[in-house]
Amino acid sequence: MNRINQKLNSEGKLLSIYFTAGYPALNDTVKIIQDLEKNGVDMIEIGLPFSDPLADGPTIQESSTAALKNGMTSEELFNQLKDIRKTVRIPLIVMGYFNPMLQYGVEAFCKRCNDIGIDGIIMPDLPLDVYQAEYESIFKKYGLINVFLITPQTSNERIRQIDAASDGFIYMVSSASVTGSKSGFGNEQGRYFERIAGMELDNPQIVGFGIKDSETFQAATKDTKGAIIGSAFIKHLTKHGVEEIPSFITTIRP
Amino acid sequence: MLGGKEIRKMEKEKRKNQMGGFHADEKGYYGEFGGAFIPEMLYPNVEELRQHYLEIMYEDSFQKEFNQLLKDYVGRPSPLYFANRLSEKYNTRVYLKREDLNHTGAHKINNTIGQILVAKKLGKTRIIAETGAGQHGVATATVCALMGLKCIVYMGEKDIARQAPNVARMKMLGAEVRPALSGSKTLKDATNEAIRDWINNPVDTHYIIGSAIGPHPYPDMVTRFQSVISEEIKWQLKEKEGRENPDYIVACIGGGSNAAGTYHHFLDEPEVGIIAVEAAGKGVNTGESAATSALGKVGIIHGCKTMLMQTVDGQITEPYSISAGLDYPGVGPMHSHLYKSGRAEFYSATDDEAMTAGLELSQLEGIIPAIETGHAFAIFSHKKFKPDDIVVISLSGRGDKDLQTYIDYFKL
Ligand SMILES: Cc1ncc(COP(=O)(O)O)c(C=O)c1O
Repeated sequence: MNRINQKLNSEGKLLSIYFTAGYPALNDTVKIIQDLEKNGVDMIEIGLPFSDPLADGPTIQESSTAALKNGMTSEELFNQLKDIRKTVRIPLIVMGYFNPMLQYGVEAFCKRCNDIGIDGIIMPDLPLDVYQAEYESIFKKYGLINVFLITPQTSNERIRQIDAASDGFIYMVSSASVTGSKSGFGNEQGRYFERIAGMELDNPQIVGFGIKDSETFQAATKDTKGAIIGSAFIKHLTKHGVEEIPSFITTIRP
Repeated sequence: MLGGKEIRKMEKEKRKNQMGGFHADEKGYYGEFGGAFIPEMLYPNVEELRQHYLEIMYEDSFQKEFNQLLKDYVGRPSPLYFANRLSEKYNTRVYLKREDLNHTGAHKINNTIGQILVAKKLGKTRIIAETGAGQHGVATATVCALMGLKCIVYMGEKDIARQAPNVARMKMLGAEVRPALSGSKTLKDATNEAIRDWINNPVDTHYIIGSAIGPHPYPDMVTRFQSVISEEIKWQLKEKEGRENPDYIVACIGGGSNAAGTYHHFLDEPEVGIIAVEAAGKGVNTGESAATSALGKVGIIHGCKTMLMQTVDGQITEPYSISAGLDYPGVGPMHSHLYKSGRAEFYSATDDEAMTAGLELSQLEGIIPAIETGHAFAIFSHKKFKPDDIVVISLSGRGDKDLQTYIDYFKL
């Protein structure tokens, strides 16, 4: 079984962390992944930086720009990760935008991920219909789980479609917003989380966008399997550096 | 009421969407280019538009209001003017399609009138737009004032500085101009910010894209609104020359909306030569250029698969052109297809060639063009036409907004 599904089948709520590969320094990638696992993080989204991250707010935009300036590329990331499975056991997901994957060659990209031991892919701008028509067979061939997003605006009908196309978890975007928005969770999120819980989907849901502390983590995981923290973690790295990863994780899950 | 003939004509136009060929197919593809590569956050908005745009825009009452506004408010039809001295100089027969005479000074308003009416039909109350040269921003601010809708325009910080008169016009029209501070601080970045705004405001907001770019249905919708340009050229040329089809039509290409509108009704007429002029900046191979067809590879930008200037790793590169409206690393999917299929000839003009052509047009014909438009007129230094060729050039906009750049360049 894919490591993502094993983890989803385990007890308890999952804490997943997103970070931008190549930030703060080009070669921090492996250390960040190892430290996150050591501190009890359940799953990691490794962000492949893109020059024009449309769905991201300023924090991830800036970390992406810095990572690219540091020299991060698809090839560089794969090289950095080539021995990662010697030390790391938790599920690893590559998250990015579709153009770098397209330029690398979708099949070549998937093959490298498989060689390394990557378990899944999140490409927000690779739409469901194109994925199914052109790329699903390639992802499957290399054992990669493709994760789709839903938002508060996604219709129930489309959520069912996405649920049927998924084989892992559904990435539930918490609010109508790009990443890193400041507003906490209000009644609207509560209703959305309940609506989705009520749909009894086949795939568990993990909430992302806007989770920044233990309070938002609790709220996001009340009706779901877990939550993903991105911008708040990157801000912590910016401020405190890569040596202070434990102090961040303990504020989320003491 | 529309007559039977008009209705049949409209039905025929509407069906073009299913045709493919040089027009968008149902999924918004022109050959291999186009589509809608959008994050799920944008799916409901774009899907709403995709489902309804044809139905809305080919409704009788919509057509009536659209055509009325084009006539009474924009001042259409725009003249097709025989350029005597220019023709003499280049020993051919040149007609200018005077989009510069439209209200607000460029072709951009054809599209914003259309889209604001669509936005109203969809019940939207807040309008966002991106702008490069500021022409689309002004055209959007104008129709928002006309309809009493809130308007926010994203504009690269660099463009805010080089197109100051248009920034002032937008403000005077009641729009809020928000600077895009990321990347090259030009059109690409303004578009990123507008898309992020739409993600943050999915319910009440319509995004009026200003060129034939973006996810389906935008390239097709914008092309249809701009196609009034070629529709008029056909009957105007018939009146003047006794034939509907010129030998060549020429347009500059940023994202490609004036070009798409100028080409639309000639795409399926093989005897009409289609000519596109992109911005070479300081020269195609200088690293400071926006000549997408020459420098680009197939990729995805702003939700659309198209020719794109990028690194081998798939990072979008910063374009450069003296003209803010052509300073874009991609090109609309129709044009990628016209390029790849060989249906159109592509040229590029440097900053110097475009500026010189702009000065020449001013002094031969008494028309100061936008710098974007100057690129189209630089065709004469790249291609020789025959004496009896009829060449129609899209005079996409006037140069008022560019006076400071002209002053600095020519030390006027
Ligand atoms: C006068 C004029 N022409 C051309 C353009 C380029 O845009 P497009 O390629 O969409 O016509 C602009 C853009 O701002 C413009 O202002």
